[in-house]
Amino acid sequence: MKSIVTVIGADRIGIIAAVCTELAKLKVNILDISQTVMQEYFTMIMLVDVAACDSPFGELSDALSELGKREGLSIRIQREDIFNATNRI
Amino acid sequence: MINSSEILSTLEMIERQHLDVRTVTMGISLRDCTRRSPEHTARNIRDKICRTAADLVRVGEDIEREFGIPIVNKRVAVTPIAEVAAACETDDYVIFAKALDEAAHEVGVNFIGGFSALVQKGFTSADENLIRAIPEALDVTERVCSSVNVASTRAGINMDAVRRMGEVVKACGNNAAKLVVFANAVEDNPFMAGAFHGAGEGECVINVGVSGPGVVKTALEQCKGAPFDEVAEVIKKTAFRVTRVGQLVAREASKRLNVPFGIVDLSLAPTPAVGDSVADILEEMGLERVGTHGTTAALALLNDAVKKGGVMASGHVGGLSGAFIPVSEDAGMIRGAECGSLTLEKLEAMTCVCSVGLDMIAVPGDTSAATIAAIIADEAAIGVINNKTTAVRLIAPPGMTLGDRIDFGGLLGSAPIMNVNKYSSDLFIARGGRIPAPLNSLKN
Repeated sequence: MKSIVTVIGADRIGIIAAVCTELAKLKVNILDISQTVMQEYFTMIMLVDVAACDSPFGELSDALSELGKREGLSIRIQREDIFNATNRI
Repeated sequence: MINSSEILSTLEMIERQHLDVRTVTMGISLRDCTRRSPEHTARNIRDKICRTAADLVRVGEDIEREFGIPIVNKRVAVTPIAEVAAACETDDYVIFAKALDEAAHEVGVNFIGGFSALVQKGFTSADENLIRAIPEALDVTERVCSSVNVASTRAGINMDAVRRMGEVVKACGNNAAKLVVFANAVEDNPFMAGAFHGAGEGECVINVGVSGPGVVKTALEQCKGAPFDEVAEVIKKTAFRVTRVGQLVAREASKRLNVPFGIVDLSLAPTPAVGDSVADILEEMGLERVGTHGTTAALALLNDAVKKGGVMASGHVGGLSGAFIPVSEDAGMIRGAECGSLTLEKLEAMTCVCSVGLDMIAVPGDTSAATIAAIIADEAAIGVINNKTTAVRLIAPPGMTLGDRIDFGGLLGSAPIMNVNKYSSDLFIARGGRIPAPLNSLKN
């Protein structure tokens, strides 16, 4: 199942490393990454596949927002469908 | 793949502009619950709701987390209780309201609709029993919502029912916030307090109500001073995006609960939160305060454009579908009412072009039952003549007068007491009988 991870926060060293380590631990496969820094704000969007992940989606989401809290970032994971629904006919 | 700016704009809609799914409402038929014994019937009602809606809240929460879209309310609507209880050997229907309330608590929904009767042409004895029970039923329960349909374009206006409902609204006091008086009630409305599971509906169904006034308002901020053609286009596009979210949630909920998908209701439903107001949209179009001249035209455009945009985004559209204008649930409407720009008369005019009617309006506590009934009659006439649903949800809080403000709490918000015409409608309401159904041709 494809999902979108969004990471937003103040830019600093090691954000990608921290997020990717956590995703690897959760057995989430990263399919695509785009990342930019807008007005000192780090914004990263990842397309991921959660098919191999053992934990239910809710726990995955909690683990990522916990990481976000620790790192001072806003991290979300949402099913890709919501973005398709709002942006594609 | 969806590009970054599309992803960020969707996140912005959810995070900053209050895009949410207002309600996932499960409609449940209670027709098979009827027994001679009222206790047995009440037990069947409770058991059936608890069984059928057992997973509703959990599934709603799962969808919320997976898609990252808030689903504000999970609710249940049932067959009008006057129809379910008609064969029971009792004339006290409060027992059925209690059964609904217990079931609502058990399955964890915040409102359950359907303590209802349809009396547009006349009363059965069950309808009489139900209407008599409304004040007590709303008083002894917490989550039960009630509605009574008193008029329709095909049947005209039942003025005896209108008179009775004036008295009932008055007798309900602050609980009248959970009571809607309809003309042309729809059978698949997912929104409370007027939801019920109509006669033409199946065994069980999922209906979804979307929201998103904040999203529309933000979109309109980008086209300041533009002509109305452009305004209508922007609203249509935004409504499309908002409704797609509702359609997605409806499809997903229907699949997971193994219950057929009914409709998506395209209403723009405000909440008291700042930035989630229909009045703000109207003001964004260039009105200094909602209620001033031009408000009805602005609302007409908004209501029509929301439907045009939404209808393409969903497989089945139904319910009330339009822009809601509840006073107490909309920070902008409250502001308009408090500064004197928005009056009851202007709200009545606005209901000619919006999706429902006089909604969540507080009037002085000493307003007579006949005056409340006359307000209901006016609103019903607008619905009957214009082939649309109209409704009245009016509260006359005991002891309150002009200048006071009543707080209903939560999503129901708070409302300033609004002025009513001081001249009497007593003799008009005392006549009773029926106002005949209108002619549907020779329209002018």
